[in-house]
Amino acid sequence: MWQALWEELRDAGLTVITVALDVSPEAARPWIEAARPTHPSLIDTRHVLADLYNIVNVPTILWIDERGRIVRPNDVAFGTDTFRHITGLESARPIAALRAWVRGEVPGLAPEAVRRHQVLPTEQDQLARAEFGLADWLARQGRAAAAERHFARAGELAPHDFTIRRGSLPRRGIDPMGPRFREMLGAWTGAGNPYYRPLPE
Amino acid sequence: MAQPPFTVIDDGRVLEVADTEGVALAERAASAGRPVAIDREARAAYLGVAARERARVLATLEAPDFSLPDLDGRLHALSAHRGRKVLLVAYASW
Repeated sequence: MWQALWEELRDAGLTVITVALDVSPEAARPWIEAARPTHPSLIDTRHVLADLYNIVNVPTILWIDERGRIVRPNDVAFGTDTFRHITGLESARPIAALRAWVRGEVPGLAPEAVRRHQVLPTEQDQLARAEFGLADWLARQGRAAAAERHFARAGELAPHDFTIRRGSLPRRGIDPMGPRFREMLGAWTGAGNPYYRPLPE
Repeated sequence: MAQPPFTVIDDGRVLEVADTEGVALAERAASAGRPVAIDREARAAYLGVAARERARVLATLEAPDFSLPDLDGRLHALSAHRGRKVLLVAYASW
């Protein structure tokens, strides 16, 4: 998956950085140990990256060029087709596009195109992140009832933000693959909203 | 008896202050346009970053820098990889 892509493209000038938006290093450890990454494989327990880049679900990928500029904003890409039967998204095309960019066969998106595809956070999105931050701190203090109020409020403020809504479930002692998630997903997609929003083209 | 402290989390920093000061910090941040989550009963507040600030930075297309730990606790900064193309992947076990 990402490790194989890094091995393939590192000599062509690519760095792969993976970031686990998980409650603790221990929650991410089994995945990281299975992947045996030799690229930076980081852990973001406080959703620092989600706040900086307005990341509202996983997986989310971005391309950043040699000058540190975003040349492909938040997109959905899977390293493998393991979940293709559920997501309906295949991994081959985004990876082929990445390969072509790294090898210099195609440029990244032009600045106007990046801006057109960027989704910028609203005040309500940032308030949701503040509510999540407070809830997470309270949960880590063992104050579950107080935490719950703010996790719930965060989800109400940003119903499209599954790094908050689903990502909070393990922090609340709820199975993120279980009935609560299926109910959340069903209500969201049943109202005509997409769970994943890959970039067009 | 001293009052239990009021906790203010400001940009990752955790401050323990008196009640009145905590509420005042939260109010000041809110009037400066920052998102604020507060729980007076739990005596805690979280001061976030304003949408307009996040949007301003993203619209420059300059990738926001960050420094995060790996499993061994070693910090890695995005900016250390200048000069190479970077694929940034956010994922989770959930």
